Amino acid sequence: MGILDRHLHLLETHRAMQATGADPLVVMERVLSPTEAVINGRRTLLVGTNNYFGLTFDKACIEAAIEATRAEGTGTTGSRTANGTYAQHAALEAEMAEFYGKKHCMVMTTGYQANLGIISTLVGEGDYLVIDADSHASIYDACKQTQATIIRFRHNDPASLEARLRRLKDEPGNKLVVVEGIYSMLGDTAPLKAFVEVTKRYGGYILVDEAHSLGALGERGRGLVEEAGVLDEVDFVVGTFSKTLGAIGGFCVSDVEGFEALRVATRAYMFTASLPPSIVASVRAALKIVRKDGAVLRKRLWDNVATLYDGLAKAGFRLGPEHGPVVAVVMPDQMTTVGVWQALMEAGIYVNVAVPPATPGGLCLLRCSLSAAHSRGQLQHMVEVLAEVGHRFGVLPQERSAAVA
Amino acid sequence: MRSAHKFKVYDFTETVPGDSDTPAREQVVAEIVQRLEPFRVDSRPVVGATVITKDLNIDSLAVMDMVMELEDRFDISIPLNDVAEIHTVDELADAVLRKIGGH
Repeated sequence: MGILDRHLHLLETHRAMQATGADPLVVMERVLSPTEAVINGRRTLLVGTNNYFGLTFDKACIEAAIEATRAEGTGTTGSRTANGTYAQHAALEAEMAEFYGKKHCMVMTTGYQANLGIISTLVGEGDYLVIDADSHASIYDACKQTQATIIRFRHNDPASLEARLRRLKDEPGNKLVVVEGIYSMLGDTAPLKAFVEVTKRYGGYILVDEAHSLGALGERGRGLVEEAGVLDEVDFVVGTFSKTLGAIGGFCVSDVEGFEALRVATRAYMFTASLPPSIVASVRAALKIVRKDGAVLRKRLWDNVATLYDGLAKAGFRLGPEHGPVVAVVMPDQMTTVGVWQALMEAGIYVNVAVPPATPGGLCLLRCSLSAAHSRGQLQHMVEVLAEVGHRFGVLPQERSAAVA
Repeated sequence: MRSAHKFKVYDFTETVPGDSDTPAREQVVAEIVQRLEPFRVDSRPVVGATVITKDLNIDSLAVMDMVMELEDRFDISIPLNDVAEIHTVDELADAVLRKIGGH
């Protein structure tokens, strides 16, 4: 048996898609703006890039990145715990902590590493890590890296969490509950107030991953923790700089005493190079924009959400359960998903293909994500094209129903 | 498909907290077999010796979901850490009985 044989079935799935003339592993030949790129030689509308505020081409962010590169070079070439902490890294941490009104912040090199490192370090042998069944891969990978005992509860179900915490109530270890603000595949939000209440009642800690909700939710853009009014009660907020803030990187903010110990205990923080100066600078500029103009950008984003979600619902598509920056269109099976996706590509529209095992409930999805930078016209065009393609592929049901129940 | 919380009706009827009668081994095996029936390959029956991830057409996600159901059915905790060590229906039944016995 060859060393890669166990992965061959994944390659076969990919090849089956390629055989139909579609290859979801696209190359962005030239990126033109937050909403357009050239793919396969064709000018293409991007509706699947998690670029929620469209800040990737913001002039202030670009200038800050260029300026930082000239001043401090292209990379730090070292870990945060060696030569890789510049004044800017510390400044970004102070600004993120201030933004959330928390005492502490750790900035990491990716959002994936933030979840992997922080979660696996917070709990250890004798502790319990209690996770939502539909958690992101970074959370599942943290489960593999920690010595803690892993318990899984039904997706977005506070009663299921409560049953599990009740069964563990006489066990001595710490309990850490992990949920996400907005789930990346169906775009549904967690019933966070109930999760926080249950967790606190049983003396647990709660960590919320706001990767897809930073900027998009909350009066000041601090995510579901702010929207649900539980920012003060949540122990740890983890997030990413790679979506709303338009760059890359991860962070964790907290008021928990002793937090600084994580800097010398978190392997994913210690054993990787820190963010380059350009990224730290553009993220700081983007955070300023979120704090200053967030309300305007948020309104634009949610107006665009309504245009796409309501348009597709009206056309008769089965969608994720609620309005949100992620709009998932449910397809009947994998081959149809790829066929419809390819037809969209030929019409100059890019969305994400999401199929099992990356999706909950074995669903096949065309995953769209909105941006404040989209124009209403671009999204109305997408609704028209997808409706036409949907009819052609027999995806649209007879009755005009919307939400996935 | 998993429903979003807005549409969810919480259901405790599957749970049997406070049930003092320890279920017989046959009952536990039957509960497991019943949940694995949909994943049968051809017409081979699901039995104690069935190797769950090899003899059945089931992925690891569905196994984890079944474990979650068994946790609620018998009001026990079965950590994911233990699931990796469980191969057959018999081994899973043993694990469930051990948890019910408080070990």
